[in-house]
Amino acid sequence: MKTDDLIDLLSTNVEPVDHRQIVRNVGRAIAAGAAVAMAIVSFVLGPRADLSSFAILVPALLKVAITVVVLLPASIYLIKLARPGGEHRMPALLVAAPFVAVILLAALSLTFAPNYHWSGAVLSDEWLECVISIPLIAIVPFAVIVWVVRQMAPTDLPRTGAFVGLVVGCVSAIGYAVHCADDSVPFFALWYGGTIALCTFTGWKLGPKLLRW
Amino acid sequence: LVANEGELSELMRAGLRGDAVAYRTLLSRLSANLRAYYRGRLARIGRSATEAEDLTQEALMAIHMRRHTYDPSAPLIPWVHAIARYKLIDHLRQTYASMTNLPIENAEDILAQNDHVGTESVYDLKKLMDQLPDKMRGAIQSVKLDGLSVAEAASRSGMSESDVKISVHRGLKALMTSVARKRSA
Repeated sequence: MKTDDLIDLLSTNVEPVDHRQIVRNVGRAIAAGAAVAMAIVSFVLGPRADLSSFAILVPALLKVAITVVVLLPASIYLIKLARPGGEHRMPALLVAAPFVAVILLAALSLTFAPNYHWSGAVLSDEWLECVISIPLIAIVPFAVIVWVVRQMAPTDLPRTGAFVGLVVGCVSAIGYAVHCADDSVPFFALWYGGTIALCTFTGWKLGPKLLRW
Repeated sequence: LVANEGELSELMRAGLRGDAVAYRTLLSRLSANLRAYYRGRLARIGRSATEAEDLTQEALMAIHMRRHTYDPSAPLIPWVHAIARYKLIDHLRQTYASMTNLPIENAEDILAQNDHVGTESVYDLKKLMDQLPDKMRGAIQSVKLDGLSVAEAASRSGMSESDVKISVHRGLKALMTSVARKRSA
């Protein structure tokens, strides 16, 4: 085939395209992922007791809010990464800032807690459930977001995969926070942070296989 | 003729709005740059001009099929360069070549040279088309090769207009996939 013939083929009757479609599709995929995560938590694990009481609602919302603070910049960055060359257009370290903030907060609260409270704050009965649930809840949202990002054209596949993992980990953690009854900051920092990091790592590893185009 | 960023991105924006003439100009400008880019990179590791032409065509198809990922408020050259380099790396990875001789690049490298003298690629459009389902082949034939409007193609084939558009889109996507498969085989 001659290249000029190909150019004729591609340009004849070229359809207009909507460049805003990307932002919309990624946004929808994340929202759909969050809805799935919420549904799984509500119907399978069940929401925590007494969510209507103020003393329970506030810490639960706080966990959701902190995770949203990580999710938002990660989503924006993911949209950038989904475009060719997007990896050159924003410093990735910005996204780490909320993590660092939570870890500092956890360290602070451990410093002020007496020693014998430490193991209770970090290793309560819930940690195993948290570590298992968040990645499991993340599977369906992960598939949805990978499917959407595949329609785009990321050129840095490991990094894009990592951000898919990060976004999905956050979405899943937000869902899990509705169920999880442990509100201590060190618990949140270690087990939520750790599992979100695990999701990020998994995405980083799977990105080159799943996102190739 | 040295193409510049402003001119090219203007052509691209017009192309995204459906201006076929601007889009055609853009693709043929870019094809000359892509050809020179791939020939330069591949000659360095002893590969043929045909291979460069294959890659040029693949990059053009990728640019076309992924044109919705171009952000009109951003410069076009880095976007094209990212696609061109991605396809080059992907190609080298599949053909087991060493990538150690691939230098670090600037986006402007893609404009460094022009090469208007094309050869033929190994892809045979007719053969590739023959592998498509009838509906897609018919739609591409009328809209993309015979140049009929979508409405004309729809009334000729008895399909609805949106059906024609979808068949063209899916058909081009299938062509791209079979090109990629042919290369890795």
